Amino acid sequence: MNQTRAPIVEALDALRKARVVPFDVPGHKRGKGNPELTEFLGERCLSVDVNSMRPLDNLGHPVSVIREAEMLAAGAFGAAHAFFIVNGATAAVQAMLLHSLRAGDTVILPRNVHKSVINALILSGATPVYVDTPVHPSLHIALGMRIEDVAAAIKLHPEAKAVFVNNPTYYGICSDMAAITRLAHEHNMLVLADEAHGAHFYFGHNMPLSAMEAGADMSAVSMHKSGGSLTQSSFLLCGEAISPEALRQTINLTQTTSASYLLLASLDLSRKNLALKGKAIFSHVRDMANYAREEINKSGAYYAYSRELADGGAIYDFDVTKLSVATGGVGLTGVEVYDLLRDEYDIQAEFGDTSNLLAYVSVGDRPRDIERLVGALAEIARRFRRPPAELPAYPMPKANVIMSPREAYYAAKESLPIPQSRGRVSGEIVMAYPPGIPILAPGEEITDEAIAYIRFAKERGCMLSGMRDFGAECVRVVK
Amino acid sequence: MDLWFSEYHTENVRLSIRVEKQLYSGQSEFQRIDVFSSPEFGRFLVLDGYMMLTERDEFIYHEMMAHVPMAVHPNVRHVLLIGAGDGGVARELLRYPSIERIDLAEIDKQVVEVCKEFLPFTADSLSDGRVRLHFEDGMRFVRRMVDEYDLIIVDSTDPFGPGEGLFTKEFYGNCFKALREDGVMVNQHESPFYPNDAIAVQRAHKRIVQSFSLSMVYQAHIPTYPSGHWLFGFSTKKYHPLHDFKGLEWKARGIKTRYYNTQLHLGAFALPNYVEDLLKDVEAH
Repeated sequence: MNQTRAPIVEALDALRKARVVPFDVPGHKRGKGNPELTEFLGERCLSVDVNSMRPLDNLGHPVSVIREAEMLAAGAFGAAHAFFIVNGATAAVQAMLLHSLRAGDTVILPRNVHKSVINALILSGATPVYVDTPVHPSLHIALGMRIEDVAAAIKLHPEAKAVFVNNPTYYGICSDMAAITRLAHEHNMLVLADEAHGAHFYFGHNMPLSAMEAGADMSAVSMHKSGGSLTQSSFLLCGEAISPEALRQTINLTQTTSASYLLLASLDLSRKNLALKGKAIFSHVRDMANYAREEINKSGAYYAYSRELADGGAIYDFDVTKLSVATGGVGLTGVEVYDLLRDEYDIQAEFGDTSNLLAYVSVGDRPRDIERLVGALAEIARRFRRPPAELPAYPMPKANVIMSPREAYYAAKESLPIPQSRGRVSGEIVMAYPPGIPILAPGEEITDEAIAYIRFAKERGCMLSGMRDFGAECVRVVK
Repeated sequence: MDLWFSEYHTENVRLSIRVEKQLYSGQSEFQRIDVFSSPEFGRFLVLDGYMMLTERDEFIYHEMMAHVPMAVHPNVRHVLLIGAGDGGVARELLRYPSIERIDLAEIDKQVVEVCKEFLPFTADSLSDGRVRLHFEDGMRFVRRMVDEYDLIIVDSTDPFGPGEGLFTKEFYGNCFKALREDGVMVNQHESPFYPNDAIAVQRAHKRIVQSFSLSMVYQAHIPTYPSGHWLFGFSTKKYHPLHDFKGLEWKARGIKTRYYNTQLHLGAFALPNYVEDLLKDVEAH
């Protein structure tokens, strides 16, 4: 396959040169109808914000350039088929779950799934079986699934239709993708991967194993994170066992019929770029992240962790392009370091939690920017250091699933102060960062442990989200 | 032949210098490097299209960077130069026998090589035994140093391109840490005149005063720099650039200068009102 081609981009270029008079949507007509927007985004950008038409194909029913672009993408990722997704990796996750699971089906998933997965369960009506993801005792982050825990869940739920895997987690932790895939397939279960943070696994050298290479059935890949495409664009990949025609119908249930050609073009060009230069790009990214880790760790104050964490179990592998820094050694929370970086040093990090700072290193970084980050972290340690506070590890409450997320979501509900909600069934999701795990998902019993954990998470300054009450005082429960 | 080098000082103002010939043009890992010769300004060095120094007026800049702090700090032995790959500041500093070591952190080795070949009037100093060249990012170099220097001179390019890290708060903070308890930092502080340059002056000053309890600004007149009016920062942990000024002692050293003198030292810190206002504006926050 000729990966230097970018069929969608070539078709857009040809259209621009053809100077076609538009009597179709969008109504801004190549920007002329909205001069302020054209000034802001640029004429070139607006000139390719166009609608599906014969020379540009149609995302819902691709027969020409989008089809070619899909085949090139499938080739680049080593998948049987690839779908362009313009509603975020969230839409790819939804399609995977809606396609694999009917209402009442069971799915095995790690407890630290992304919110979008639990939301997709509400749409599908499936019932989750969670595999514990242990929390690291000093880093306080949720890890991967141990193969023995997945095996136990499969044994307990032989009726499950699919096993879901994060590859990797937000913090860069990988489970044993190959072993989990083998095990699930032996039990006739599909393997679905969330690779929102793993696009580079397909192109970099010496990276953790990608889902397609491991033989997984479907994977949601965010190209806009490590892949360099525009925000909201992603790929859904599938293996040989999935019928692409059937999967496309599922995608079309929720995907827009007016797909943005800006997003499609960005996917097309990013695929081309990674296919041609990905190896060099990610070796550069890895070198920058490794250099930053070395320099940060030399200061002795922070701990920028990497593959040395891997233990063959819950941390089967680590994504070395992730620059995750434990901040406990300087006596500051990751949130404090995150705020100081932005407010004092004009540096925007990806994320801070009670114990960690995540700095996203990518193809767009230059060594001198890394120097700024490292220099600023050293300055923060010098100026703001406090004696390290002991943060006790706190056991995660076990999920007790009473009804499916969909039943709980659509049930009549009432709002209760959290301490008075004991024994009730939660109608909403309660997420805590860290560890990046739902404390409660819709349909789960609100136990003493869950109430205690929410209190503990609030005291520690964890970010709680997902609830209707932003102040996290009251929870919606099933009446 | 009508050959001119032009630098845009704003979108609407440019300075042009008639060129006799181009002596060098090359692209390093970090920037484009050009050297020209001209009838009016002699040889001059250009980085990424921006004039860095000319043979005719470089003495002003380099004397003001070096002699002002040297006439205040009574005992400078160890100096760190950041940038300064042309060797001009080092040349002035080497005139003080009390200086034992000058570390020079210059990110671009090719600048030093080109200067040694084409600009010997500044770069000959770089072959002196007291000068140690370190070809690395200045930010990285200074990060490792604690309590190491009496004087740091930041001879940066403009706050965009490879020099942008040298205008950040983390960099100034790291310099503070690398200085001894009575150390002084002097930095190239851009021009206050054109609005875009004035913003750079304010940003740099704002970030410096967050790291140093005392930071004052002084000025010089440099014909080939935008507006001709140029500023320098004097940031200090202990010595006041005027109260602790040792004019008599400096005169006694017998260093012959073309621009700097002890009267001018005092006058250089007297700034125009609009410049004072620019600086005060960011000190309050």
